[in-house]
Formats: sequence, C-alpha cells, structure tokens
Amino acid sequence: MTRFAAQINVMPRAEISDPQGQTVERTLPSIGFAGISGVRVGKRITLIVDAADEESARSIVASASEKILANPVIEDYELELTPL
Amino acid sequence: MKPTVGVVVFPGSNCDRDANYSFDYLGAGTRFIWHLETDLEGIDIIVLPGGFAYGDYLRTGAMAAYSPVMNSVKEFAASGKPVIGICNGFQVLCEAGLLPGALRRNSGLKFRCMPVKIRVETLDSPFTMGGMWPGQVLNVPIAHFDGSYYADDETLEELIASRRIAFRYCDAGGELTDEANPNGSRQHIAGVLNEQRNVLGMMPHPERAVDPAVGGTDGRLILASILYSLQPAES
Repeated sequence: MTRFAAQINVMPRAEISDPQGQTVERTLPSIGFAGISGVRVGKRITLIVDAADEESARSIVASASEKILANPVIEDYELELTPL
Repeated sequence: MKPTVGVVVFPGSNCDRDANYSFDYLGAGTRFIWHLETDLEGIDIIVLPGGFAYGDYLRTGAMAAYSPVMNSVKEFAASGKPVIGICNGFQVLCEAGLLPGALRRNSGLKFRCMPVKIRVETLDSPFTMGGMWPGQVLNVPIAHFDGSYYADDETLEELIASRRIAFRYCDAGGELTDEANPNGSRQHIAGVLNEQRNVLGMMPHPERAVDPAVGGTDGRLILASILYSLQPAES
C-alpha cells in the first residue's frame, strides 16, 4: 500500500455562468485592482488515499469525484496526486 | 382509499412538519421516515421536504442523495408511485439522478424568501392532473439560496419536447418576464418531471400554501392532485 495526498480542484464548467466570480470581478476595480477579468470561483478538496499504486489511487479518487465530490452536470474537476 | 404519505426526514430537514401538516390537513394518512429507514411498505406517496439536509455540505442535496432511504425511494419511484421533492428535496432528487439537471446558487446571490407566481405547464402528471388548467397561475412561496435550475441545451430541449416542465416562474398575467424569474433558472423552470412523470421536483413550497391562516391555498391544488391521482376511477 502506498499513501497519496490528493487534491481535487472543482470548478463551475466553462460554459456555465458563475455569479460568484462575476460579483468578485465587479468588486475588484472598486477597491483598486484594475485589469482583472475572467474571475471564476470554485473549491479545492484535499484528501489522503491508501492504494496499491498510483494508478489505482487515481482511479479511486476519480470515481469519488465523479460520483459525489463534483457534480458533472455543472462542475469539472482536476485531480493531482502526490505520493506521501 | 385513504393514502399514506411518507415524509422523509434527513438530518437538517426543516419543512418536514409543514409537509406532514399539509397532507394531514387534506385528509391523508402521514408517516415520518427517518433517512436511515429503508422500509417503505404501506407508503403511497413520498415527500422529500425542504431544509438543509446534511447542512448542505459539499453541495445542496449531495450527501442526502446517498443516504440509506434513497435506495428505497429509487425503487419506490421505479414502481411508478408518486415522489415529490420540494426545495431541498428537489436538490436531493437531482443529485440522486432521479431528475435531470442541477440547482445552482441563485443568479442574484441572495437567499430569496417571497411569494412567487408559477404557471402550470402540463396536466399530464399526478401533481397537476386534478383541478388545474394549463396556463393557470398559482401563488406559492419560495425560500432558497440555491434554486437556479440548470440543464444543458440538449436536456432542456428534451424536457420541452416531452412536456416535462411542470411549472415555470411567471408574472401575474402568466408571462415569462425576466423580473418574474427569482433565481435565474433556465427556461424559468420552477419544477420538472422525470421521464415516467411520477417524480416531481419543485423549488416553490406548496406545503406553505395550504392553510389559509398562513397565506394562500394554491399549494393545496398540487398536493390534493397527488391524492386524487391515487383514487380508482368510479365505475
């Protein structure tokens, strides 16, 4: 068994409007930050997984991401694994 | 026949008692079903009530969709019996895959608690078959932060073609104006049906519009319609 740290970055899908990001973007100039666009707000989930190897660790976390950690109807996710 | 309504209670549900009261008020039998229960024997209608199941952690409805009772609810739905998810219950049904789409944060980023108007879009369902007409405008309250209905273009086309949009947000005259859409839902969707038409999810709260003492009675039409749908035809 090897232990891996996983980081799952969940973002609203590109074609879906992100009212949180839009609101942050509208606020930035008013507090002096010019030239910023394309703000989108997502979330990051971190966890530790024990698996036989990196491939199976990736498969477990990807499966969990698709089933519950992200909602594929409205969200995309990216997965990073680091051996511990 | 006096139907028995099962009101599912998740940790964090808070409209379960209102739902129970409403069906009791309409003369049905009622029973609370804790989310760890799996036996739905003797239940004729399932209600997934509003609230904040599992604290709305991760996403609204995400954790509740995998609670033990939901496997039984899926079997119940597959058998053709009526299931209604109200507000948080709608979110749970989407997360559980019993309804298409998802409920996102309101476009205005505000929790909206107010009476709204919704238009009856189809009579072809247990929830709309009794005592309504197509295009009828109902007054029913909403109370939600995450009620903006999203489905991709293909799914929306399918919902429209199969007449599975049950209710749309509208103005008093039944028009689909931007101002009448309280949360930015695509296609003004306030409620949708599954393919078999026996599962309804809706963000507005019909159970809060049953007793005239607390404002409005249009919600009765929806809940009573479900009871009516279960009655055998008179010969």
